[in-house]
Amino acid sequence: MSESPIDIVGQEYSAGFVTDVASDTLPPGLSEAVVRHISAKKREPAWMADWRLAAYRKWRTMTPPDWAHVRFPPIDFEAISYYSAPKSLADAPASLDEVDPELLRTYEKLGIPLHEREALAGVAKRSNVAVDAVFDSVSIATTFKDKLAEAGVIFCPISEAVHSHPELVRKHLGSVVPQQDNFYAALNSAVFSDGSFVYVPEGVRCPMELSTYFRINERNTGQFERTLIIAGAGAYVSYLEGCTAPMRDENQLHAAVVELVALDDAEIKYSTVQNWYPGDADGKGGIYNFVTKRGACIGANSKISWTQVETGSAITWKYPSVVLRGAGSVGEFHSVALTNNHQQADTGTKMIHLGPGTRSTIISKGISAGQSQNSYRGLVRTSPAAKGARNYTQCDSLLLGDACGAHTFPYIENKSPTATIEHEATTSKVSDDQLFLCQQRGIDPEKAISMIVNGFCKDVFRELPMEFAVEAGKLLEVSLEGAVG
Amino acid sequence: MSLLAVDGLRADVNGKPILKNLSLRVEAGEIHAIMGPNGSGKSTLANVLAGRPGYEVTAGQVSFNDADLVGMAPEARAQAGLFLAFQYPVEIPGVSNMEFLKAAWDSHLAAQGAQPESAVGFMKRARTLAASLGLNPEFLKRGVNEGFSGGEKKRNEILQLLLLEPKLAVLDETDSGLDIDALQTVAAGVNRFRSADNGVLLITHYQRLLNHIVPDQVHVLSEGRIVASGDRHLAEKLEAEGYAWLSE
Repeated sequence: MSESPIDIVGQEYSAGFVTDVASDTLPPGLSEAVVRHISAKKREPAWMADWRLAAYRKWRTMTPPDWAHVRFPPIDFEAISYYSAPKSLADAPASLDEVDPELLRTYEKLGIPLHEREALAGVAKRSNVAVDAVFDSVSIATTFKDKLAEAGVIFCPISEAVHSHPELVRKHLGSVVPQQDNFYAALNSAVFSDGSFVYVPEGVRCPMELSTYFRINERNTGQFERTLIIAGAGAYVSYLEGCTAPMRDENQLHAAVVELVALDDAEIKYSTVQNWYPGDADGKGGIYNFVTKRGACIGANSKISWTQVETGSAITWKYPSVVLRGAGSVGEFHSVALTNNHQQADTGTKMIHLGPGTRSTIISKGISAGQSQNSYRGLVRTSPAAKGARNYTQCDSLLLGDACGAHTFPYIENKSPTATIEHEATTSKVSDDQLFLCQQRGIDPEKAISMIVNGFCKDVFRELPMEFAVEAGKLLEVSLEGAVG
Repeated sequence: MSLLAVDGLRADVNGKPILKNLSLRVEAGEIHAIMGPNGSGKSTLANVLAGRPGYEVTAGQVSFNDADLVGMAPEARAQAGLFLAFQYPVEIPGVSNMEFLKAAWDSHLAAQGAQPESAVGFMKRARTLAASLGLNPEFLKRGVNEGFSGGEKKRNEILQLLLLEPKLAVLDETDSGLDIDALQTVAAGVNRFRSADNGVLLITHYQRLLNHIVPDQVHVLSEGRIVASGDRHLAEKLEAEGYAWLSE
């Protein structure tokens, strides 16, 4: 059994298989009736249905953002189906034994150790990672529930949390990313069908890495998962998400929302390895990844760090951000974004300094190859109350070849006279001389490129959970294939 | 058979003929010095032998250890035992020197069908060699040539030469820009490398390197061909009288 979702990635896009399960998919189009239908499917309480409908009405009045440095034809939101569930899950499985074996085989192919028994018996190597797997719109199974429950950690599909922990969901859902925050966040708020919910109570250090695995299977469906993570005072949790999708000629929409809440002295580490189907070498197909991720450091001395390795998607539009409200709170953003062929990425972060003594660090590494366009967009804002706030931003771009582009859009809005804000940016190119030096020492060009790119990303890989750092390196190697010569 | 046999070699750079009917033989155990004025084609010869892109062979043969070099990929030439010490070693930021050396060595072993050397054993060997060349072993942790002084870059080239144990070492003006201490260290490294089984092609502008590395033969390159060959005394004559007498 393989170790992680990404080490099964073969020479091309080997996660691009389609699983043949009968599914229960809504016809395309969005209306109040569809929103009500989704809510009813999940037997949601009235407050949840109302919340969705409020979001839907706001969404109707909004327009998609057009400021990003990406180009694509307008999306027909009436052509997308907003809900798809494998049919066999219509009556949600009570345990793994009831899960459709076809689905389990899919996850096996992807390298996810869904079988708790195997994991606990030490068969699977990732025995200390609990996985929640989301297939199209529905959460399939959450492993290690019992072990986590012992520690008081809640880790379950958010659709379940709506029923089992309504007070927590009601309090925090939309508290970090308001419904009307942006067009895609509003859409997600209206139609999200599943995602993960994590609650780590006060003083608890989550005993294992938590992981969610997303996969889009159904044709013409969007995936709108919603993740909410709450770390109580002094709690710690490390969370990793991975993503893949089948190879399809059509573009598919993925518009997720992730909200993180950290109370006093809490720490949340959120890592993403994003390997959605990027489209073929000519730019046909691929995922539109329009995601809103934001963390709120509510408590004093709390810390939220985002680490992302982005190699997939036809278009990436995402800015994992931190609102630093608590005094002395810390926000970090470590990013590797690689684009090849015709991929476009507009990604970065926002660090909003509200509290005194807040600190943030931004390390962004953009790698462009082929005919791709790779943009870093970042905002550092300090309020007058953010006395002594500090930010350090380092933004490096690496170009392979002459046909790609790298762009940097840093925004600084400083209203705190005592704040220190530093910004460094470099752009470099893998030169023929570097390649030739490697070759002259016997190293073939593919290996040389991978070594140079990995060296370039080292500062970010260091932030990933160790077992994923190696995989991230391999993923870059695969994603860069054909970038040489 | 000769270690290196170059016959009637012609080569262009950017469509311009630089090497014009050059012939040369280097036997195992020999050191050959190639001297000549600027623009005579010395560095072009080094780059053509190593297979650098942009250097196009238009006529002639080059055989190395009985293999036909022309048309071989640069990495295949390196794996077959051809080493080029660069005049201006390039920096590769973020890739540690040690990682680079290990990857280079592993590629050589793999080409021979041998098992990779253990990381621990290799690192120990690299550190010891680095120290013997007056390179602080801390340099092995830094990016390849990143922030190295000119002298350190050249010592690093010699370190690679000694680690990779090639059959033929081509040194492209490795002595340029070195102070006397660095020059002696580099020369000592080359002398340490030389054996009855390998050969050295020493491309240099100045006779001073040849005070430390004694060549078996000296060749003078002018306008893309060898116009004079002799023993070490030819180099002394060039030092005293310049190149002008050759074209008289």
